[in-house]
Amino acid sequence: MNKYTISGSPHVHSTENTQKIMYRVLLALVPALLVAIYYFGWYALRLTLVSMAACMLTEWLIQKFLIKGPLTINDGSAALTGLLLAFNVPANLPIWMVIVGSVVAIGIGKMAFGGLGKNPFNPALVGRVFMLVSFPTAMTTWPKAAPIFDKGFFADAVTGPTPLGILKEAGAGSLAQAGDMQFLDMVLGNRGGAFGEVCAIALLLGAIYLIARKVIDIATPLSILLTVFIFTGICYLINPANFIAPWYHLIYGGLILGAFFMATDMVTTPMTTQGKILFGFGVGVITVVIRLWGAYPEGVSFAILIMNALTPLINKAFKPQVFGVVKPAKK
Amino acid sequence: MNPIKTFPRGGVHPEENKLSANQPIQDFPMPKQIIVPLGQCLGAPADCIVKKGDRVLTGQLIGTAKGFVSANVHSPATGTVAKVDVVMDHTGYYKPAVFIDREEQDEWVEGVIQTDELLTEIKLDSKQIIDRVKDCGIVGMGGATFPTHVKLMVPEGKKAEYIIINAAECEPYLTCDFRLLLEKTQEFLVGVKILMKAVNTDKGIIGIEENKMEAIELLEKTINAHRDLYKGIEVQPLKTKYPQGGEKQIIKAITGREVPSGKLPIETGCVVVNVASTYAIYEAVQKNKPLIERIVTVTGKSVKKPCNLRVRFGTPANLLIEAAGGLPENITDVINGGPMMGKSVSVTDFPCMKGTSGILLMTLDEAQDRRQTNCIRCGRCAKACPMGLQPFLLHKVAKLNDFDETEANHIMDCIECGSCEFTCPANIPLLDYIRYGKAKTGAIIRARNQK
Repeated sequence: MNKYTISGSPHVHSTENTQKIMYRVLLALVPALLVAIYYFGWYALRLTLVSMAACMLTEWLIQKFLIKGPLTINDGSAALTGLLLAFNVPANLPIWMVIVGSVVAIGIGKMAFGGLGKNPFNPALVGRVFMLVSFPTAMTTWPKAAPIFDKGFFADAVTGPTPLGILKEAGAGSLAQAGDMQFLDMVLGNRGGAFGEVCAIALLLGAIYLIARKVIDIATPLSILLTVFIFTGICYLINPANFIAPWYHLIYGGLILGAFFMATDMVTTPMTTQGKILFGFGVGVITVVIRLWGAYPEGVSFAILIMNALTPLINKAFKPQVFGVVKPAKK
Repeated sequence: MNPIKTFPRGGVHPEENKLSANQPIQDFPMPKQIIVPLGQCLGAPADCIVKKGDRVLTGQLIGTAKGFVSANVHSPATGTVAKVDVVMDHTGYYKPAVFIDREEQDEWVEGVIQTDELLTEIKLDSKQIIDRVKDCGIVGMGGATFPTHVKLMVPEGKKAEYIIINAAECEPYLTCDFRLLLEKTQEFLVGVKILMKAVNTDKGIIGIEENKMEAIELLEKTINAHRDLYKGIEVQPLKTKYPQGGEKQIIKAITGREVPSGKLPIETGCVVVNVASTYAIYEAVQKNKPLIERIVTVTGKSVKKPCNLRVRFGTPANLLIEAAGGLPENITDVINGGPMMGKSVSVTDFPCMKGTSGILLMTLDEAQDRRQTNCIRCGRCAKACPMGLQPFLLHKVAKLNDFDETEANHIMDCIECGSCEFTCPANIPLLDYIRYGKAKTGAIIRARNQK
């Protein structure tokens, strides 16, 4: 008898979907990948491809044989985790290590909780921190950036220190003396470090695209960067001999990558703008504390993971203001 | 022109698709038999006062309002009552209806002025106007079909400061109000004056989305040309954003006031009336003409001739679809109303009624539900919600049948606009679950209040 479909309103839908969001983030990371290949050659490309493939394969295997649910390998989220994981490691890392990291990132960081949308922690960072504590030497032996046109695509990397590493080892004074630590080189990516984080300009290019397409909200990164800037700025003003200028903190290490691409992961960060600002503040403070006084030279990953854990509480505390409901006056 | 206003929070912008905006209103001829449902308003259906074999005149009362929230039903044609039976209306349920075998010639009941002459002098006083609106069976014709006379009866101790005319027409596709504004501008404005008189206010504001610039300009021109006649009426352009025409949203946009949660709009001193209802009130008060017809937009991307038709109630919708070029191929969804809040109908031969603002035909590609994936907690639904709710949360707790949580998270404030579901990248049927939760929570609250 029923001739036409009965369904609840609304009957039209925006063309947005999860897959598009993920692919946009992947696209936004392409400039940074190209720069990475330029400075670290074949090693960067190899690690990226292996990491993405390992993440996708892990997810596929778990969905196919353990969960026996729908396969969501095309939604781009596993590929994104793989790409972000690769971006966070040194380019000369042995391949098997990144595979282990990928299995942990997807298997423990994501699928163990029920897959996309259910994980409390950013899977890529879970993988990264697992690798950092399991393979401390390999994960902190950084290759020196060297343009492929000078040394060739397949050239072996020469290892060298990262700016934050120098800072940790030798203090602020020595960093200024190190010849190749020029601000311009830092921004362009001609420095040591995880290969995805080195070029601030390429990352910002991607970030602007994401903000323009409304994939990410500017509140979180802005809050992180401002907090780091103000906190390190105060330290710098108090004692310029011991601390470096705040603008260096913004571009050194993985702050830009973390602030724009990992602290904006929708699944593991707060939903409301106020919540995002608080989240960013927390990430900023913890990052600076680890950088200045902690055992590791870099703390963005830890900071984001710690704040991920607080996200449900932040969501509970910062709910949107309901229309027509006046907040009860405080006594 | 006044500066453009809007409601501050949430909202989405679906494709406008006002395909029939340039189609003048055409009179649609009635078929041999019309089927007039007795329940055409929100609230109780009317009591039938005719029986088989009775001869009824056009405009004659055939159903009387039962209870406070209910509206009279009049015969839209002259003819003989063939039977009083049930018919499947747009809700998909069988409802009581009067079947009338029509005579060729319209014979109106006594007292109805049939000329097209514009009558601007309002002779009735406030009480008489409200009684007339009640007698003529006028309801909110935007789709909710709430009896208008109930809205106009301002409760003791409250004051109506503004009459707000909801001309936003924020639903995509629909153009019936827009055409009415263009073609019956003066009648409409007199209707606004009548409403202002009914609730004793000197401020009438017409809220209208800026994608209908032609109507905004025409209204302003007409008001300026007859300054003393339409004194106190203002046109307020609104941003083109869905759901600008939500009652609470349009009040907020125009006056900046928020209807308190769980209260009626009159708390803010506003009475909001739809365009088609305003025109119907003009006809009722000035011409003594009961509500027996309305403008229906027949539309859809694959419809050959999208159009705006003046239809007597009881005309089956499939005849209207024929007039719009016939049923296109691959139609899977027939929608009574617009695509955001309209109801899908299982058959096309349901009778047009007071709330039938549009008939929208959609193909499989346009209307098919996409595959649902996991919620990625992006918060877009909460950002899109004009009521400041958290649809992702309401969806989850409603699914778990946790009705304490649904109530605590203000599920009853949901206006069911569908912005959350529209914007969800995971294609989760948020509103379906919220509606379910709302129905259950509402029942619990009512049961508790009765104790």
